[in-house]
Amino acid sequence: MQFGILVNEGPYTHQASDTAYLFARTAIEKGHKVPRVFFYHDGVNNSTRLATPPQDDRNVSARWSKLAEEHGVDLVVCVAAAQRRGINDDVLAPGFRISGLGQLVEMGIQYDRLVTFGD
Amino acid sequence: MSDMDEMDDGSGVVKKFMFLNRKAPHGTVYALEGLEVVLITAAFDQDVSMVFTDDGVFQLMKGIDSKGIEVKDFSKTYRALEGYDIEKLYVDQASMDARGLTEDDLIVDVTVLSVDEMANLMAEQDVVISF
Amino acid sequence: MLHIVNKSAAERSSLESCLRMATKGSAVLLIEDAVYAATNGNAAAAKIQAAAADLKIYALGPDLAARGMAGRVLDGVNVVDYGGFVDLVAEHSNCQSWL
Repeated sequence: MQFGILVNEGPYTHQASDTAYLFARTAIEKGHKVPRVFFYHDGVNNSTRLATPPQDDRNVSARWSKLAEEHGVDLVVCVAAAQRRGINDDVLAPGFRISGLGQLVEMGIQYDRLVTFGD
Repeated sequence: MSDMDEMDDGSGVVKKFMFLNRKAPHGTVYALEGLEVVLITAAFDQDVSMVFTDDGVFQLMKGIDSKGIEVKDFSKTYRALEGYDIEKLYVDQASMDARGLTEDDLIVDVTVLSVDEMANLMAEQDVVISF
Repeated sequence: MLHIVNKSAAERSSLESCLRMATKGSAVLLIEDAVYAATNGNAAAAKIQAAAADLKIYALGPDLAARGMAGRVLDGVNVVDYGGFVDLVAEHSNCQSWL
């Protein structure tokens, strides 16, 4: 089954990104596909490569990047939401790309399930 | 890059998309950015419904004036939805009642649903996007 | 339909709205702070138990444990892990998040 994931909140402040990540990773472990994760609203802040969280806790951006690298998950950041929040190509962590809201709509059309994680 | 360049994913698949709006405008960004998703979805020829319940009904109020808070007023965009063939706007009766609102208070024509009607509408959707 | 609720019932009306709108036979999964509603003594417990007559109620185990609530789950609430969460989404033809 193909799962699409929508992440509406940024790292750390809300649990949404963590829950979404654990859902995605588990879905992949169970043999499902997570072709794309779409980041909207403050969710675009998950894409920064500039975060330096403490070493003894998870690095939210980096583990999304790792999921992209290991399993080919397409991490898409909404261009309009990114522009409002100062996320551009210069600050993107590996595996993330900036694109349009159409990418989210396509997920709804093409995938079997679309799950929203937010506040 | 323009979202409108990506019109239609080409597959011919039509799904029932529901956009769930439960939050008031301006206190958070969800009303504005939620509306932006709906406008983009219009280009994909899907079966789109917008549902307003709880404080989401406040998004459709007449007489919104955001000059004093120095935030862009996007309330008139709800009137533009019809031009994009987004015509299925549903409002929860109980949410309106709990807020002292009637259809006359709203900026667009809506279909007011009872809780059972709205529950059934939700249950039949293919894709629900929540903000 | 699978309904997913993530905020505490004491903080947000999302659980109440969800239970009002979920059709008979639907599933409701409580995640993150919403799991408190599925624990003994919580103000929302009665609402959850009443809902369990018509709905299948689930709570995410890791979120219960993270909040020290693993030993206090209401009878009739099914505890699932992330694998169970994935299965629930797969098993239901549609899902809706109440944020």
